[in-house]
Amino acid sequence: MSTASVEGPSEPQLGVGAALIDAALTPVRGIFSYIGDHALLLGLALAALFRKPFRLRLFLEQMEFVGVGSLTIIVLVGFFSGAVSAQQAIAALRIFNQERFVGATVGLSLAQELAPVFTALMIAARAGSGMATELGSMRITEQIDALTTFAVDPVQYLITPRVVATVLMMPIMTMVFNIVGLFGAYLYAIFLEHIDLGQFIEQFTYWTDPKDYIIGAVKSAVFGVTLSVAACFQGFNVRGGAKEVGLATTQAVVAGSVSVLVSDYFLIDIFHILWPYKS
Amino acid sequence: MNSPRASAPALAAPSGGQGDPTKRDERWQIRVRGLQKTFGPQHVLRGIDLDIERGRTNIVIGGSGQGKSVLMKHLMGLLKPDAGQIWVDGEDIVPLGTQQMGRLRRKFGMVFQYAALFDSMNVVENIAFPLIERYHLSTDEIMTRVRDLLKRLDLAGVTGIEEKFPPQLSGGQRKRVGLARALIDRPEILLYDEPTTGLDPVAAKNVDEMITRTADDFGVTSVVISHDMASTFRIGDRISMLAGGKIIVSGTSEEVLASRLPELREFVETSGVAAAHPGAHP
Repeated sequence: MSTASVEGPSEPQLGVGAALIDAALTPVRGIFSYIGDHALLLGLALAALFRKPFRLRLFLEQMEFVGVGSLTIIVLVGFFSGAVSAQQAIAALRIFNQERFVGATVGLSLAQELAPVFTALMIAARAGSGMATELGSMRITEQIDALTTFAVDPVQYLITPRVVATVLMMPIMTMVFNIVGLFGAYLYAIFLEHIDLGQFIEQFTYWTDPKDYIIGAVKSAVFGVTLSVAACFQGFNVRGGAKEVGLATTQAVVAGSVSVLVSDYFLIDIFHILWPYKS
Repeated sequence: MNSPRASAPALAAPSGGQGDPTKRDERWQIRVRGLQKTFGPQHVLRGIDLDIERGRTNIVIGGSGQGKSVLMKHLMGLLKPDAGQIWVDGEDIVPLGTQQMGRLRRKFGMVFQYAALFDSMNVVENIAFPLIERYHLSTDEIMTRVRDLLKRLDLAGVTGIEEKFPPQLSGGQRKRVGLARALIDRPEILLYDEPTTGLDPVAAKNVDEMITRTADDFGVTSVVISHDMASTFRIGDRISMLAGGKIIVSGTSEEVLASRLPELREFVETSGVAAAHPGAHP
């Protein structure tokens, strides 16, 4: 029996120079293609946000999954991050006999860096992997095709709620991380290192401003976009079987984490230009 | 063919019926001409000509990797062809946009190979999904229609069926729930993708009966993609064979069995169907 798997017309042969240039440009093309594909998915998801029908239930379900579902790990990591930061800060500040600055040091580092970044990494690992796995499973079991057969836009139904929920929940979870982290630092500094409570609070309130928390919240919202789009993209575009779903889950966590750290570098630069540190 | 519905009109030409495909035809509901689809280097469909007969069980057979599922996805507009036309009731669906395609898809119901039930929903939510998405019906009205379908598809007697989730269902139950979901919005055309795959012979026969009964009870046009020859000759009113990216034969089961085409002979003989049908060409 003849088969349908017939080779199409062969690729035109390139010269050596053209082949070298082509090889050199391949990674560049790959990066642009990667960014372009993710930006396209984000654009489609945002466009679908303003189109009927509005399925509030799906948004709430995803907010619960991303936020409430991640609360335990955020609290756990936040508490110990704050305590460890205090431990390290006290060790360094003790050299200069300036342990009283521990509240300010931990408060600032939590507000602008540790809380948004650690929260994003935790959400990427827990919720991002979950999104990629669920969407990937839906893809290989034709559930996404089934949605299309009922004239339901899969991007609007599946991607938009996940991206929006992550963006909304990230600043809230970051604030939770901040509060719990400060509590951890406070317990360690006051009860184990016997730092003066008045100085801890005075230095903290003097050196930290609402703008530090605003920066942290904005950063975390941006991280929410990058990690959720990375996770949804990997899951939504799975082709194959269970192995590919596993691979997509791994890639979702890796891509989400890397995108968080890369965007953090640029965001912190931008914010320091807009709002320089207090001196 | 064992079915009393075996009085399908004889049509042996692979290219299908006559008449203008751009006009609604009483006999042919879907007409495909010159359909081509390529995925990278794979030229999967190489000029499909196919006619789907209204109110009948139309079966497309072919080996694995021949593009049967790709063809089916084209019929419903899930894939766009590289070339060729598809008319549904005289309307060319290839150039349709997303919204127009959404309107057209209401004519269709699709039963997926492994049912494709939504894992996050129970049986009732799965079946009611098209109604919830398309209309503003009361819960009572939705439940009435869901329970009616559960009863008609012999699912009402299963204890706690309404609250069960897809992983708690057997393969046959899943197919029935998938069929109920496809039928809930009363489609004109039902597409079945490999409905007996993964089922034991008894369950496969039950699914065949379900397809025949659904066609009779609901008066739908059925298009079944299959490589299960026993099932094909049990339920098919009109059989077409896809090989090498083209439809190589179309007709009633008797016409198909009498064909001398080597691709078809190999398929029929390997499946053992020829022995069970005395009319088969030796």
